[in-house]
Amino acid sequence: MHNEMEVRFLSLSGNESFARAAAASFAAQMNPGIEELSDIRTAVSEAVTNAIIHGYDQNMDCIVTMQMEIEDDDLTVIVKDDGCGIGDIELARKPFFTSKPELERSGMGFSVMEAFMDSVNVQSEVGAGTVVTMRKHIRHAN
Amino acid sequence: MELNAQKRGPRLSVQLSGELDHHSAEQTRIMLDTLLRDVTVHELVLDLSGMTFMDSAGLGVILGRFRKLSMRGGKLIVKGMNASVDRIFQMSGLYAIVERQ
Repeated sequence: MHNEMEVRFLSLSGNESFARAAAASFAAQMNPGIEELSDIRTAVSEAVTNAIIHGYDQNMDCIVTMQMEIEDDDLTVIVKDDGCGIGDIELARKPFFTSKPELERSGMGFSVMEAFMDSVNVQSEVGAGTVVTMRKHIRHAN
Repeated sequence: MELNAQKRGPRLSVQLSGELDHHSAEQTRIMLDTLLRDVTVHELVLDLSGMTFMDSAGLGVILGRFRKLSMRGGKLIVKGMNASVDRIFQMSGLYAIVERQ
């Protein structure tokens, strides 16, 4: 089975829950297990939150794009922003690293994505934006 | 995010219900810190049984309150984690820092 979707939404923190719900709802057709669905929600939440807080530095009038693709049992989720980009991707991915300690962030965003998805690829250009591509093979059917 | 608090002696029990993400984190932090202004609180018990979603923003809120209590020699206890909250606590190593009941 092949399927694709794309949603675009404003960089409002209230849209984090919308993105999670949209992702879970689209992935549901793969008959994932409860745990797999929860992993997808959490990973999407992290990527979208990063786009809003870091990519757009909390400017609320920018666009976050989420694309999803299903190829049989393989799910790809892409979260894109046209924000400030990440200077040092390796550092950004380190557990507990945060560029905004004043926001009391845990610095675990990328670690969570890595733990809950099979692969996480980050492409970023300073001043141009960031594309996070996450893949997950769905094993458990309900 | 909904919050219900009850204080008994040095122990403050707070029931958190709903979703704890970046969007709800600030409000939750402000509500918890308002309660923690009471310096007689030395033990914060967070009942998470009504929590339907938590991501790393939630971890930030819990770690921040843990630090606050540690500075006054107090402790933070978590309880009632559902499977998905438990999963993020496990992977982040949070259980090495806070007590679970």
